[in-house]
Amino acid sequence: MVHSGLASVRYHRGMANLTRADVEHVAFLARLGLTEAEMARLEGQLNHILEQYAILQTLDTEHIPPTAQTIELANILREDVVQPSISVDEALSNAPERSASGHFVVPAILGGEGGA
Amino acid sequence: MADPTRLHAYEMATLLRSGEASSRQLTEAHLAVAEKQNRALNAWLAIDREAALAQADVADMRIAEARRSGADALARLHPLCGVPVGLKDLVSVKGGQATAGSKILEGYRAPFDATVTARLREAGAVIMGKTNMDEFAMGSSTEHSAYGPTANPWNLGRVPGGSSGGSAAAVAAYHAPVCIGTDTGGSIRQPGSMCGVVGMKPTYGRVSRYGIVAFASSLDQIGPFGRDARDAAALLHAVSGRDERDATSAPVPVPAELLDLPSSDDEAAAYLKGLRIALPKEYFVAGMDPGVAARIHEAVATMEQAGAIVEEVSLPHTEYGLAAYYIIAPAEASSNLARFDGVRFGLNDRTSGEFIADYLRTRGAGFGPEVKRRVMLGTYALSAGYYDAYYLKAQKVRTLIKSDFDAVWAAGFDAICAPTSPVTAFPLGAKLQDPVAMYLVDACTLPLNLAGLPGMSIPAGLADGLPVGLQVIGAPWSELSMLRLARAYEGITARAPWRALEPAELELTDDPTTPSPIERMERLTATSAGAGDQSKRT
Repeated sequence: MVHSGLASVRYHRGMANLTRADVEHVAFLARLGLTEAEMARLEGQLNHILEQYAILQTLDTEHIPPTAQTIELANILREDVVQPSISVDEALSNAPERSASGHFVVPAILGGEGGA
Repeated sequence: MADPTRLHAYEMATLLRSGEASSRQLTEAHLAVAEKQNRALNAWLAIDREAALAQADVADMRIAEARRSGADALARLHPLCGVPVGLKDLVSVKGGQATAGSKILEGYRAPFDATVTARLREAGAVIMGKTNMDEFAMGSSTEHSAYGPTANPWNLGRVPGGSSGGSAAAVAAYHAPVCIGTDTGGSIRQPGSMCGVVGMKPTYGRVSRYGIVAFASSLDQIGPFGRDARDAAALLHAVSGRDERDATSAPVPVPAELLDLPSSDDEAAAYLKGLRIALPKEYFVAGMDPGVAARIHEAVATMEQAGAIVEEVSLPHTEYGLAAYYIIAPAEASSNLARFDGVRFGLNDRTSGEFIADYLRTRGAGFGPEVKRRVMLGTYALSAGYYDAYYLKAQKVRTLIKSDFDAVWAAGFDAICAPTSPVTAFPLGAKLQDPVAMYLVDACTLPLNLAGLPGMSIPAGLADGLPVGLQVIGAPWSELSMLRLARAYEGITARAPWRALEPAELELTDDPTTPSPIERMERLTATSAGAGDQSKRT
């Protein structure tokens, strides 16, 4: 079982060098339950992909600002007035579990021993 | 009336207005061929005959009413009124499925219409069903669909490209004249190229994304497929424009001229006179099919003969695009896909009784291998200690890539022409075990998503019997000019022999003994070792 005890695992600082323990840790962060076979295959594939990233380190970008979005739109605001929306029933229509009072039933997150 | 499935949407519009055809007739004809051929193509994940015919009847009533009201009322109808369309299965249609090609959304029913759906209803278009796709639009071949791959109508043993492979194949196979796709790194243009149809990714912000399943929000854009520029333009016109419900949709006017592209080939061709076209040398990469390079050079030479001025340019940061993209897109995906936790919708496994273990089980069972890879990559790139080295670095490289394009527009070029895909449609399974080889197929398309630019793929002939796409890249908001260029290219190649060809293996799809792509894939995995994704969970 992938578990929260892995939070103490240290990353290897070199790029393109993901260990099996790193794979397990990242899978846990991403909340992905992976099989042994999946993790073994991902370790090889992710390292191969990370090797392709090395080319970026050859570029000097010290004085280049980052781009997060490409069109010049900022602070799109509207009046704070009620707009038509879907009903509570529709919003809950795909819920695996709902309460009689019209809420999603969510798993208990307090009092357990989970958490990263 | 000739076979209605061979008509372009604008031809259907004429017949519908004159009363020579009804939307019900057109819709019936398209449904019949889609239903018959879908076993061999797997282009559709859902065909909704009943809903389509109901919409067709409504369209017929609208057209009849407009005819009674006079010529003005008829002219005000959108050209897509009564015309069948397909939607990629990540677009919400109220009450219908939206699997995004994933098991995790199996059984999900959309509680509302996406804005593109609402706009298509407003135009009077007939929604036939939902098309196949790579899971969450992650892939370049449609093989990553949880519902089996789609076959390419030109060669049923080959992929249609992806991720919008179902939409591209459906249009190529005459199941619908137009379809909606989405493009995050090439997912409209690349399958358009491989299936020999027109596919356009508009400028980031052109089309509202309200109601589509998000992959990478700074890159995703919705766009049209059609069998020619005019049909693609009509679909773009129907769905474009600012939407209060998507703050990233831009308040940029949608040109009405999109519906007025010239019908005459000569008139269309005149647009090329004096047009300045840039040819980026970096897009003719090592490892590209010589046949693809040859077709692109021929296409550009043909445009030059028609009066275009073609000059080679450099987009020097092109080679960094792939790495930057495969950091940014997975990073955004890992964040967007966090919502699939089995609490509000979608697959859920609550058997462990412990919430983190339930998340692990739900997501481990619901996501396929490519989605898991990307979520892993993205989570890693955003994790503590790696953010600067990966995500921030990639965003800086994104600035450089955008600047490369800005320099071309500043130099006065009207468009950039390049290959869409460095390769033609490849055999089913050929790149499935090598993610990096699969990612390389998008090398010529993903820089535009990083820069937010519009791009389209238009058919430019065949190489070894498979379609080649010419990519036209434009400045922001220049879709109309790009479509005029595309229409001009259609004009000057109208008599080229390849224009008259139908997809080579389309006839085989009528034969019930032709193996389905799912059967083909099963045979492949049965003969190759190491298909261990179903092994025991730890």
